[in-house]
Amino acid sequence: MLTVATGNKAVAAAVKQACPSVVAAYPITPQTEIVEQIAEYVTSGELKSQYIPVESEHSAMAACIGAGVTGVRTFTATSSHGLHYMHEMVNWAAGARLPIVMANVNRALGPGWNIWAEHTDAFQERDTGWLQVYVASVQEAYDATLMAFRIAEHESVLLPVMVNLDGFLLSHSMQPLQSVDIGDFIPPIHLPHAIDISDPTSYGTLTGPNDYFRLRWDIERSMRDSVPVIRETQEEFARRFGRKYDFVEEYRCDDAEVVVIAMGTLGKEAEVAVDLLRREGLKAGSMRIRWLRPFPRIDLSGKEVVVIDRDYSFGFGGVIARSLAATEGVTPFSVIAGLGGQEVTYDDIAGFVRGRRPGEELWFGVNGHV
Amino acid sequence: MTEIPREEYILKCTSACAGCSDSLTLRYVLKAAGPETVLVVPACCTSVIQGIYPHTAMNIPVYNVAFAAAAACASGMSAAFQAAGKKANVIVYAGDGGTVDIGIQALSGAFERGTDFLYICYDNEAYGNTGMQRSGATPVGARTTTTPSGKIQVKKDLDGIVAAHNPPYMATACAAYPKDLFSKVQKALSIRGPKFIHVLAPCPPGWRFSSEKSVEMGKLAVRSGMWILYEREFGKVTINGPSKAAMIKPIPLEEYLEPQGRFKGISSEAVAMLRSQAERNAMRLKKEEEGIC
Ligand SMILES: Cc1ncc(C[n+]2csc(CCOP(=O)(O)OP(=O)(O)O)c2C)c(N)n1
Ligand code: SF4
Ligand SMILES: [Mg+2]
Repeated sequence: MLTVATGNKAVAAAVKQACPSVVAAYPITPQTEIVEQIAEYVTSGELKSQYIPVESEHSAMAACIGAGVTGVRTFTATSSHGLHYMHEMVNWAAGARLPIVMANVNRALGPGWNIWAEHTDAFQERDTGWLQVYVASVQEAYDATLMAFRIAEHESVLLPVMVNLDGFLLSHSMQPLQSVDIGDFIPPIHLPHAIDISDPTSYGTLTGPNDYFRLRWDIERSMRDSVPVIRETQEEFARRFGRKYDFVEEYRCDDAEVVVIAMGTLGKEAEVAVDLLRREGLKAGSMRIRWLRPFPRIDLSGKEVVVIDRDYSFGFGGVIARSLAATEGVTPFSVIAGLGGQEVTYDDIAGFVRGRRPGEELWFGVNGHV
Repeated sequence: MTEIPREEYILKCTSACAGCSDSLTLRYVLKAAGPETVLVVPACCTSVIQGIYPHTAMNIPVYNVAFAAAAACASGMSAAFQAAGKKANVIVYAGDGGTVDIGIQALSGAFERGTDFLYICYDNEAYGNTGMQRSGATPVGARTTTTPSGKIQVKKDLDGIVAAHNPPYMATACAAYPKDLFSKVQKALSIRGPKFIHVLAPCPPGWRFSSEKSVEMGKLAVRSGMWILYEREFGKVTINGPSKAAMIKPIPLEEYLEPQGRFKGISSEAVAMLRSQAERNAMRLKKEEEGIC
């Protein structure tokens, strides 16, 4: 069915179809609409979930964990301060190998109070053992949420998945949304380590270094095993519903001499910049990284690279620029742009490419111009 | 009264200290709850005494969870069992620190939402797991590793806080009165909604008394009126026998304080504060029981 929806409503619509047994969530701008919409669905009976209106995000994740360990499907949604308030339990969810799905509406962290888009909130959770996907349209928010349940609950993954969408730019933008009849796309959940009263087991007891180490490796092994599962899920999604997704969305990259790399909505904006630059005679292309974890391998050999980070790791650099420098051995022109919702247009992005200075870092609008 | 079952759900050879009332309490809680039970345990002594992975001393499913998260975790678990149409007792078994301090928000939230579960706080009046630092439940005058000259503030009124949520059932108990504890757990589990039991758990290393005196110390707490055994069932208070007797003829408070190293050198002001807090509690409960509040 074709409708028009916000990113938040698209996430809620996907959750309704995935039908988690338990939803526990706490409102925060700009995620609020997801929580409200799910509450509506539950109240009207369209969604048969236990909805727990918890008193905090720490409790939201704790409740998903308590529910999840009984073997049922769970969902929550949050943003920035909420994500960090639950940080302890974000780690716990992955360590406990619970396939919880969470939507995170990317927003800056205070102080000062800022409710607009930035990726630093979720980037700071990148080492927790969660899979993380970043979307660039309302349609993709819906599609990625559906796929998240199937990926998280896959027997060789069993790790939580965070679906990230840019605050306001996506959460509150109205775009067309083609919903699908999911059929059996998301199989029933089966958690091999679910609590079983007839087989009493203790979970999360004291664990010595040797066993702890093995359990950590097990998370990493599943993270690696998630790569083919994600690929297979995206391919199956394309087969059934006609929309194709990859780890990295490439745009006019084949013959490109310079590529712009960005995430979320900036990755889409970069495509418009590429068209503009091509008209000017520059062989440009763009890559939109969708999966932050597992972090994709990208062949950038022979290309100049401009990376736009809507995030920052103080004392280190733009996380994507630094990561690609480390994993792919490139020397990118690192642009820090869009923090706290700063407006970045395709013209700006084209400007970054025209004035690229490999190996240097630019804070757009703050330190120097291109 | 029903017989106390012979089945043990906390097996022998835990790593608890000798004379530990936390384990004694848990033993009777589980006997009362039976095997259709899931225990949620935040960081505390109980998370240690179960033993080290892959071994466990627990003969029922136990979910160990982060320090502040027990009540919220139980909320999710209770909702999930409901969604799946499964029947099981969900019991939080948490220390005083995990209840009156770091876990109070989750506790309050779960009670306000009417979660169907039983929350048991075993109160050894300090952070045992980390080596006996003060908690909000440490009584005035007690020495802990972070109050080396005695705590200045009085014990937080946890029961008052819980009572403000109007749960259908709440009670106090003490490890030294296992039959009373047993029947309170059974009664609590027969009622739907959020239930609460606050159990005084004398702790030999923390309170600095010798380990064979745990039960005696619990009895002294009750006889001196420092700990009052009562139930509040759908708003109606019943003061239990041992505390009724103590209200008529209490033993001197000093008999409870003197054997405990933590009260060594306690100031007369602190003793007076302990006494007046105990008297105020007794007065309030008596009035409530008589229906004159
Ligand atoms: C967030 C967090 N802060 C601190 C700790 C360290 N810690 C573990 S148990 C504990 C004290 C527990 O005290 P209590 O709840 O009274 O239980 P007891 O150990 O006395 O049985 C502390 C401070 C922790 N595990 N998590
Ligand atoms: S410190 Fe106290 S409560 Fe903790 S195990 Fe030892 S005796 Fe039990
Ligand atoms: Mg304690």
